[in-house]
Amino acid sequence: MAGEGEKKPILEMVQADGADEGCVTFVLHDEDHTLGNSLRYMIMKNEDVEFCGYTITHPSESKINFRIQTRGGVPAAEILRRGLNELTDVCEHVLDTFQARVNEFKERQEQPME
Amino acid sequence: MAATVTNVEEIRSRVILGEFGVKNVHTTDFPRNYPGHDDSWDKQKFKKNFRMDIVHLDESSIEFDMVGIDAAIANAFRRILLAEVPTMAIEKVFIYNNTSIVQDEVLAQRLGLIPIKADPRLFEYRNDVEESAEEEGSEIDTIKLQLKIKCSKNPRASKDSSDPQELYLNHMVYSRDIQWVPIGNQADVFSNSSIGPVYDDILIAQLRPGQELDIIMHCVKGIGKDHAKFSPVATASYRLLPEITLLEPVEGEMAERLKRCFSRGVIDLEDINGKKVAKVVNSRLDTCSREVLRHSDLKNLVKLGRVRDHFIFTVESTGILPPEVLVMEAIKVLMAKCQRFLNELDSPDME
Repeated sequence: MAGEGEKKPILEMVQADGADEGCVTFVLHDEDHTLGNSLRYMIMKNEDVEFCGYTITHPSESKINFRIQTRGGVPAAEILRRGLNELTDVCEHVLDTFQARVNEFKERQEQPME
Repeated sequence: MAATVTNVEEIRSRVILGEFGVKNVHTTDFPRNYPGHDDSWDKQKFKKNFRMDIVHLDESSIEFDMVGIDAAIANAFRRILLAEVPTMAIEKVFIYNNTSIVQDEVLAQRLGLIPIKADPRLFEYRNDVEESAEEEGSEIDTIKLQLKIKCSKNPRASKDSSDPQELYLNHMVYSRDIQWVPIGNQADVFSNSSIGPVYDDILIAQLRPGQELDIIMHCVKGIGKDHAKFSPVATASYRLLPEITLLEPVEGEMAERLKRCFSRGVIDLEDINGKKVAKVVNSRLDTCSREVLRHSDLKNLVKLGRVRDHFIFTVESTGILPPEVLVMEAIKVLMAKCQRFLNELDSPDME
């Protein structure tokens, strides 16, 4: 439990006793379906992942339990890191594409139609 | 799932609208789901298939297509637009005098919902909202607004008039009556016209002679998750591109009826050898009402579907930021979320 003055946790790792580091439940604080579902999609696209899913513990708690189980003992934290990096890459590409299209559209609007 | 080789592509890429339900709703293109398909994440493949098109763009709204991305990510952008792109809104209302019939708390609620034109990117979040309740905010996190207005009789009104517009002065309080009071160096940083209500004709209250309002308001930065007044969009939604396939030629009276089953402009009738033949010309316009499935003779002639990875986004801004900026901010918010956890994974506390 976080004491007075201690900063609120952002990420926690929960492991069952005796489980290897491939089976981990991450607790993502202050997140919901927005990050949960998009990250789950990116991680499920990974060949090394046996299972990935998340739950919202309770509507009045702003945190999600994010479960990762890997194949062949790959550390779940590495899978999570890769998923986050890949999601960032996707966002970057979407942002660049969108920006380019908006600029093209605005240029086209400035020129009168022929 | 009994997937035969013949309909695998359809299961993977289309949502099927049937008479009694919608089929193939979920994304299934994950590794090991389909033999012969490499569904693992491939950045280059994504970049090759991903495409965007702006269909419409003006000061308040944008429509664009986002093709080649999963619903999970498209939905994240939509959710962020609604609830997590920050804006400035009136958060604290100090009522020094309110003799109107609008109760203080109702008035404060109405004021809060007025969109305030101020670029939220130039402000910081105000921390410890509880503690600073009495404190003045600083120039980096607070905008101060004033509403001071008093209603009086119009001395020049004709005696037998019964029109309130003519009888009273200032009896309608509009958002244009709200004045910006710059704090610190705000007057220099922001040009004089840039801060204030987006629309100047929002009715706040009605007064009668002798009634007055004397109010100071503090605007702070916030997100829609906390209160809907912070939401930067009027609407942000997407739909999947409809796809209508005619399985057999449809002619004559049936073609006429088929045309009327869909939205205007979806089906066109072509004249071939004196016979009217139905043709799908623009399935994008369809509302996917499934009306055609109520006609027993037509329902087996068409296939209704939606393209799973073709999203038609519509974003309508409240006017605080241009719609294209909102979309870009939403994408950045998702990147910031990822970065927050990447930093945490790299921090020494994490084993």
